[in-house]
Amino acid sequence: MSKYLLDKFLFSVDRDPELTERYREDPVELVAWWERELSGSLFNCIPHEKTTWLAFDDEERRALREHDHVALFAMGAHPFLTLTLFIALFERDHGPMEYQLAYARALDHVAQPYPDIST
Amino acid sequence: MAEVCAVIASTHHPFYYRTSTMPVEERPPFAAEWIAKIESFRETLTAARPDVLVMVGSDHFHQLWLDNMPQFLVGKAPFFDANFHNEEREFGLPKMRLAGQEELAAHLLRDGLDRDFDLAFSNELRIDHSITCPIITLRPEADLPIVPVYTNIFAPPLPQPRRFVALGKAIREMVESWESDLRVAIIGTGHLSLELGGPRQFGPTGPDPVFDRRAVDWIAHGDVAGCLAEVSLESLHAPGNATHGFMDFMLMMGVAGEGVRADFVETVDLFHTMEAYFTWYPGGDPR
Repeated sequence: MSKYLLDKFLFSVDRDPELTERYREDPVELVAWWERELSGSLFNCIPHEKTTWLAFDDEERRALREHDHVALFAMGAHPFLTLTLFIALFERDHGPMEYQLAYARALDHVAQPYPDIST
Repeated sequence: MAEVCAVIASTHHPFYYRTSTMPVEERPPFAAEWIAKIESFRETLTAARPDVLVMVGSDHFHQLWLDNMPQFLVGKAPFFDANFHNEEREFGLPKMRLAGQEELAAHLLRDGLDRDFDLAFSNELRIDHSITCPIITLRPEADLPIVPVYTNIFAPPLPQPRRFVALGKAIREMVESWESDLRVAIIGTGHLSLELGGPRQFGPTGPDPVFDRRAVDWIAHGDVAGCLAEVSLESLHAPGNATHGFMDFMLMMGVAGEGVRADFVETVDLFHTMEAYFTWYPGGDPR
């Protein structure tokens, strides 16, 4: 399991409007493309200096493909990154605050302490 | 030597800009009270007649990332561009550009390192809403040079609360030892109880109003010892999963000094958060 790689996905897709739209429209394609092309990118280095050992496990890949923010929370993905990206993906389909409140309700079963988000 | 003309601690609500710039008839019911309180708060900075602003905030995974994460960082550059695409998208924040005060930044870095704070630095820093929100609320002209100081309240492992207080105390001493006749305001922003991305987010109040009242009391009375006795990295999970941003308030309590009461205290109860605003005048209240 790689909380770091989940966070890296959320971070890099959230900051790039083109990737955000691709993730909304076709998450299966975007997740596969991202894992192949971007998961090993070191953001401060030239493309040649790829990290060689980063990969999602099956459950992480499934959660990302299915836009499953509840599973991402349980895995310890950084909640700020997930929330910010998912608001960008889905707020537009709802009335004011409706999406944010539904997002919270889907997590109502979560008790403290929350999953560890340390990377 | 430079004079600390004001010490200011504030929450940074990213929706203030949108709320205060939309047509009056479209504003939410809480807008009028919020705007009036911000305008009073702004007067406390204006009255101090600052020349330079030291701005303490925290990057929200915009430029600083987990492959290379500093705990405390000083921005040293002639200019700072500001606000990121996803802040424009979600909050409607404008692009901004602020001038930097490189002499003071260099002084804080040298003096900080010599005081055993191993400060990171950036010569090309784009600043986010933790710093632009207080510019918008307190100095909307955005006409003063700044020195940004970033803290990590976001990506664990985090420094201990006592280190935030100690750095705040050191920043105060370092600014006062800067060989300059400029007037410096030290401004920092954080959160009271806050939940983001969890089940308690966007409730009718902040996630823990009891914590919020106690926190306001600690800050308003400069009760650093009482606050440090009760707040730990572990305890801050309970009031809300983003409450570690309170440590930036603790840093500002260190700047203001143990036992020093704030000269201005204001709060606003909004849905989702309690907003809180504090000003201290080390040289006496100029108002």
